Amino acid sequence: MEQSILTELKKAAKKSLKARHNDLADNHRQLQILNGGLFADGELPYFKNKIAETNQFPLKPNTLEILQINVGYMCNQVCEHCHVDAGPDRKEIMTRETMEQCLEVIRNTGAHTLDLTGGAPEMNPNFRWFVEEASKAGIKDFIVRSNLTIILANKKYYDLPEFFKKHNVHVVSSMPHYTRGKTDKQRGDGVFDKSIKALQMLNAVGYGMPDSSLRLDLVYNPSGAFLPTDQAALEHDFKKALKEDFDIDFHNLFSITNLPISRFLDYLIASENYEDYMYALVDAYNPAAVANVMCTNTISVGWDGWLYDCDFNQMLDLKVASTVKHIKDYNEDLLNDRDIVISQHCYGCTAGAGSSCQGSVA
Amino acid sequence: MADSYYDPADLRKFGKITEWSEELGTKFFDYYGKVFEEGALSAREKSLIALAVSHVVKCPYCIDAYTKDGLQRGITKEEMMEAVHVGAAIESGATLVHGVQMMNKYNKLSM
Repeated sequence: MEQSILTELKKAAKKSLKARHNDLADNHRQLQILNGGLFADGELPYFKNKIAETNQFPLKPNTLEILQINVGYMCNQVCEHCHVDAGPDRKEIMTRETMEQCLEVIRNTGAHTLDLTGGAPEMNPNFRWFVEEASKAGIKDFIVRSNLTIILANKKYYDLPEFFKKHNVHVVSSMPHYTRGKTDKQRGDGVFDKSIKALQMLNAVGYGMPDSSLRLDLVYNPSGAFLPTDQAALEHDFKKALKEDFDIDFHNLFSITNLPISRFLDYLIASENYEDYMYALVDAYNPAAVANVMCTNTISVGWDGWLYDCDFNQMLDLKVASTVKHIKDYNEDLLNDRDIVISQHCYGCTAGAGSSCQGSVA
Repeated sequence: MADSYYDPADLRKFGKITEWSEELGTKFFDYYGKVFEEGALSAREKSLIALAVSHVVKCPYCIDAYTKDGLQRGITKEEMMEAVHVGAAIESGATLVHGVQMMNKYNKLSM
């Protein structure tokens, strides 16, 4: 990449697209790009037409398994690839009132997994109260997606490993690579060392140890314009390197494809990788992944209570195509009858072995 | 016609060679796919060998393809550069070992 573009990207990377008034902060502009160019020219097939080849259009939900709640876009990091466009300057935070509405749903849902995400979910001022209340609902698997560095960001977060343990939270953390260079390039200087320290703190209270019921999984996503490869092979490499170099244990590695939206889309366009990346996604299209794509078993709740088929649709403001659109009107039967809203970013979840917040799907 | 011999967009058209000779093209791609599967060597090791050979045969398509493949497999840039040096060392060694032939010939022709 041209050094000047790289410098510009680095400089910009300290603020969200929204704070920079970048036109990609506008979801309409993103959708225009995703629906135009190669797809409008007929070079590549629209996702809708692609899944229709195997009679999978319209895409319908299966049984609801995962309720994913985004408690706010504020984050202590400004990662270059972030699909949420999260950062310290984002003020969208779920209110206690919306959390109350979520709790009502959590107590009655058929979903076996509750998945809290952000931003850095821990930065929501009501985060701990919400976790305490939600953990009483008897959900089988309670995930918090933690970026690791938050644990060391401020003294008030130092006890997070103990707090997670107390509520039997399943911690899922981002770790783009087991080397410092690649991690810091994607997520910011110093992120690698802090992440290592945080993982050691989690290990110290029992998280991620071989026979521990305190689950610690890592999320890998490529630091650049390429797709992830075999999840099992990557897990093997991560385990070996983290154990040998830092004596760190963890359970599973989820390999996630970067979807061409928000800051990753900005990066793809600025680095002139957009077209090749879309070709790579479409070339790697796997109909078997469509059957298990995460929108078929997940409902995503936005910070302001609106409902989406997934976290990516949330960022594109593509609300569920149902008469029920908000958590306050939540009705699982009605929602399960919806058609899933799709666009060309969906190719990101159907490439190769597929990709979801729980890793590969095919 | 393109105005240069190498166009990066041609790489993704590689599969089209099968259209003009289906049997041979299919046999080649089956073989190619099989070669790169996990075997006595891991797919990761094979990717690094392919990267080194790509440089030795100076194939820009192969260099693009196996740099990307390496990134996908989490191979580091240090590992990739070492692989390129292995290729370069063998290639320069192959040149230099012919120096013995030169010496032999020189000695034979000289009094």
